[in-house]
Amino acid sequence: MLNITIIIVAAFICIALILNLWRLLKGPTTSDRILALDTMYINAIALILLYGIHASSVLYFEAALLIAMLGFVSTAALCKYLLRGDIIE
Amino acid sequence: MPLYLEIIICISLLIGAVFLLIGSYGLIRLPDIYMRLHSPTKASTLGITGVLVASMIFQSHLKGSFSVQELLITLFLLITAPVAANMIAKTALHYRKKPLERTQNQELMETIRDREEPQKPSES
Amino acid sequence: MLFPMPFHSLLLFTVWLLLNNSISAGHIVLAVFFAITIPWLVSGMRDEHPKILKPWLAIRYVLMVMKDILTANVEVALLIIGPIKKLNPGFVAVPINIDSDLGITLLASTVSLTPGTVSAEVSKDKSWLYVHALHLDNEEELILSIKQRYEMPIKEIFGC
Repeated sequence: MLNITIIIVAAFICIALILNLWRLLKGPTTSDRILALDTMYINAIALILLYGIHASSVLYFEAALLIAMLGFVSTAALCKYLLRGDIIE
Repeated sequence: MPLYLEIIICISLLIGAVFLLIGSYGLIRLPDIYMRLHSPTKASTLGITGVLVASMIFQSHLKGSFSVQELLITLFLLITAPVAANMIAKTALHYRKKPLERTQNQELMETIRDREEPQKPSES
Repeated sequence: MLFPMPFHSLLLFTVWLLLNNSISAGHIVLAVFFAITIPWLVSGMRDEHPKILKPWLAIRYVLMVMKDILTANVEVALLIIGPIKKLNPGFVAVPINIDSDLGITLLASTVSLTPGTVSAEVSKDKSWLYVHALHLDNEEELILSIKQRYEMPIKEIFGC
């Protein structure tokens, strides 16, 4: 049962990632793209944890933690850059 | 693995996946940036919590002892999601992104952007 | 003073044990070591010391917010799937009177995580919180609910 569920859930998350990718490519604004990236890293964490369950391994937890931290920092950095860049002009 | 554990894991995984999908679907579906902000901050946070709970139960069973590491990621995401949403909202306001036509109180946007006080002191 | 920042010490202790996912004697000793030395080293760098006056109220607040997050998620998910034409988004200015920065941050984060609202900005004099609502039915009701449900407990917890 667990194996089938994992496949279904993985499919769901992959569809979610494709939807995010669409928003990332379509835009229309930079804020939308940042938001799409922000959602994408959350989905990536879910996918990695899912793979951890599938492979019965604890190693993937560290990868998920790293993605969570780097994802937030990059979102914050991108927003800060956009906010500050305009003030200087 | 006992059946009841498997069922719990499956259910929380499925709940998580559905909410993650709804969050991303909202990102595509909603018409303007300010509305789109809502779907990842809320739906995706619950979605990831579902997957993390499933992972937590599974790893606890795997190791034979209680594993609560995954709570760290949940905690971290719960703290950072609103901050990220706030920063994206600020960016959108800063670039004067047009909201949807029927958005109420649109005249507030300039005030918000400049971090001023509202003109009319609280209508309530 | 052994614990200049007791809350941070507790947090460091817990997070260290969580990161290593063990409660063996060695890790507890290390966690205690970090919980004492790190706050001791950094306590001089802080200028504001917000104190949690009522820890029990804080725990109750966290539990309430957890419950609200759950309901908020389901509510927002339903709004997202439902017809878009019925959604009435809007900006709202919420008057706040919390003095401490930490209190305002907490309030803004809670507002972002709970039903249908994302906090967008705080005015310069820290007396207005600007909120974007996904579905704005009744402006006064929203302001009142934010003030009563979330602002009052935060004010009581930090005593300001």
